[in-house]
Amino acid sequence: MAFWRQPLDTQEIQITRGEVSIIEDRCKGCGYCIEFCPIHILTFSDHFNKKGYHPPKITKAGECVNCHYCEIICPEFAIYSVNAADAAAEMDTSISAS
Amino acid sequence: MTKNPKPLGKNPVGHPLDDLIRTERIPHIWCSGCGIGTVFSSCLSAIKATEIPYNEFTMVSGIGCSARAAGYIKVDSFHTTHGRAIPFASGIKMAKPDLNVIVFSGDGDLFAIGGNHFIHAARRNMDMTVICVNNLIYGMTGGQVAATTPANAKTTTTPFGNPDAPFNLPLLAYASGASYVARWTILHVRDLTNAINEAIRHRGFSFIEVLAPCPINYGRRNKEKPLDTLKLYRENTIIKNGADPAIADVDFDRGVILGTFINRDRSTCDDMYEATCRRNSED
Ligand SMILES: Cc1ncc(C[n+]2csc(CCOP(=O)(O)OP(=O)(O)O)c2C)c(N)n1
Ligand code: SF4
Ligand code: SF4
Repeated sequence: MAFWRQPLDTQEIQITRGEVSIIEDRCKGCGYCIEFCPIHILTFSDHFNKKGYHPPKITKAGECVNCHYCEIICPEFAIYSVNAADAAAEMDTSISAS
Repeated sequence: MTKNPKPLGKNPVGHPLDDLIRTERIPHIWCSGCGIGTVFSSCLSAIKATEIPYNEFTMVSGIGCSARAAGYIKVDSFHTTHGRAIPFASGIKMAKPDLNVIVFSGDGDLFAIGGNHFIHAARRNMDMTVICVNNLIYGMTGGQVAATTPANAKTTTTPFGNPDAPFNLPLLAYASGASYVARWTILHVRDLTNAINEAIRHRGFSFIEVLAPCPINYGRRNKEKPLDTLKLYRENTIIKNGADPAIADVDFDRGVILGTFINRDRSTCDDMYEATCRRNSED
């Protein structure tokens, strides 16, 4: 039996991509962002920051879905994500302006 | 005289909440894994989301780790004496009824030394938003038992376990007259931000309890690493908006109820004062 229509317009759906920034010297290494990133693309880095903690690093940069959960669970204002398309556009304007 | 820490230098790129924090004071004093930072960040996101100009807000806190928030927010703010945030905030609200007044403090500050002020401000339906970081302990002074410490929990002053029962804060707030009452945890941070936003826009006394870990002075003595506490928040909580606050005890074995318990309209303190006092004194 054929479905009367595709349940979702799967071909047309575009997944939002995010670009994550980490302000390393604000981090106190609690690991909340690493534990709760829904797609598990963060891990502890090997190096220390100014305060002696291991800040997070991104393992698969292209896979962030820009859900902002790392940003809102972080108690330290140390990580945030922006829409990758917006970030690229901003880059372009700042390059052409300079 | 103490000096503020020196700025750490310009961030390469800015955090979206940098315009609401005194960035020169960051990193803040809260320990690694402490939940206060997440509650504070959620409160700032909520302020931003209301789209109300920042100069129409003020934050008041008492004394404690949680109460340090007033020193990090970049709006006019007041770090008052222990337990006295609510009467101080009431004075601000009576003098300047147009300000959005947010009280941000700990469970010890608001419900032990400050408990009496809380019930009377709720009774009068003072138009303010009270955010209580409930970490079940006196964090700042080294982990003494609080009015919110669960029965049997170990603290420096209850080494055999707490023999007393804790307050049920949503029930206390409701019974005292609060017109908006909610509870969330730091793990439910999106719901928390929405609740704070709703509470700011609500006319009347709004109370939000936020469960947050104190890994240093509570967790350590009760065998809870910060991630264990967050897993309790995920696995042993039940979201039930409109639930009866009478069944909202904090008991992780039975499951802790989260959500908006109360959202009702009542005349505020300012409405009543206007009708009975200001109007008559002008004659
Ligand atoms: C009049 C007075 N009594 C006692 C103290 C000591 N004291 C400072 S903070 C605090 C309790 C803090 O607990 P809580 O409000 O739960 O905040 P937390 O540190 O856990 O965030 C106490 C008893 C004080 N500063 N002033
Ligand atoms: S924004 Fe979401 S997907 Fe991207 S790193 Fe943060 S938590 Fe992971
Ligand atoms: S003592 Fe507890 S409440 Fe205070 S900053 Fe440390 S973890 Fe947070």
